[in-house]
Amino acid sequence: MKGGVSEFFAMGGYALYVWGSFGATALLMIAEPLLVRQRRKAALQRISRLVRIKSEQQS
Amino acid sequence: MSGRLSFYRFSSPAAFYPLAGAIGKVSALIAVVLLAIGLYMSFFVAPTDYKQGEGYRIIFIHVPSAWMSMFIYLVMAFWAGIGLVFNTRLSSMMAQALAPTGAIMTFIALWTGAFWGKPMWGAWWVWDARLTSELILFFLYIGFIALQGSIDDTRRADRAGAVLLLVGVVNIPIIYFSVKWWNTLHQGATVSVTEGSSMSTIMLQAMLIMTFAFWAYSVAVAMYRVRSIILEREKDTRWVSELPEVRR
Repeated sequence: MKGGVSEFFAMGGYALYVWGSFGATALLMIAEPLLVRQRRKAALQRISRLVRIKSEQQS
Repeated sequence: MSGRLSFYRFSSPAAFYPLAGAIGKVSALIAVVLLAIGLYMSFFVAPTDYKQGEGYRIIFIHVPSAWMSMFIYLVMAFWAGIGLVFNTRLSSMMAQALAPTGAIMTFIALWTGAFWGKPMWGAWWVWDARLTSELILFFLYIGFIALQGSIDDTRRADRAGAVLLLVGVVNIPIIYFSVKWWNTLHQGATVSVTEGSSMSTIMLQAMLIMTFAFWAYSVAVAMYRVRSIILEREKDTRWVSELPEVRR
């Protein structure tokens, strides 16, 4: 890369299109793993509750 | 014989659960490494295109996501078919786990396509055969997710979803060959199995690395998601209640 940082971000006049594409993709590919993690947490919480209820019923 | 047995062993959710965790971890690592290399190559190694300037760099995510959107659908349809024929629970869970990732890949392909089309074609969207069939693919993903979500009985939901997926497979060759069958705006295949590539080597390398990165990403996310689906569906079983991650 010859020019500086600002030239890099300008993308030869295509800044909106290049960063609009890469930005949206990055956003989705960061959000999806977070949602997956949240789902796992929720599932484990629910199971923990189920197990506790079962053990209370048995005692 | 033992090899066969151990292969079938993993069709049980209890046996697959830890394996999915291991595959997910390895794939996530591969995805991060390949994404770093692929992004570096996309922006700093690949030269400026003589016709499209810097704007062409969008293809480094557009093409991989478009390929993955079709590939994930085929994998889903494969698992759905196996689930229909052999009534294996895990294969239906695999199809379900892949759906959101496939929908996201399709959305990325459409979105980046629009952001490429605006400066290059002068329009965010045109009703070109390739674009329209890809949009239908997006609706198929959304339809599958909505259909599965709307049926309470898991087995029925799996079967209904599988039928939808298998009918929708017809759309995949339509997307793939659309640029050949209808001579509309979207350009033809730059990389072809039969004719090789008409791109410069360095651009092709960057694109392939990004493709493998997206592939590894999809595997990783689907594996982590299928673990949650297994937990949700098997929540009443003994093996789930005895997992170390379940707090008592």
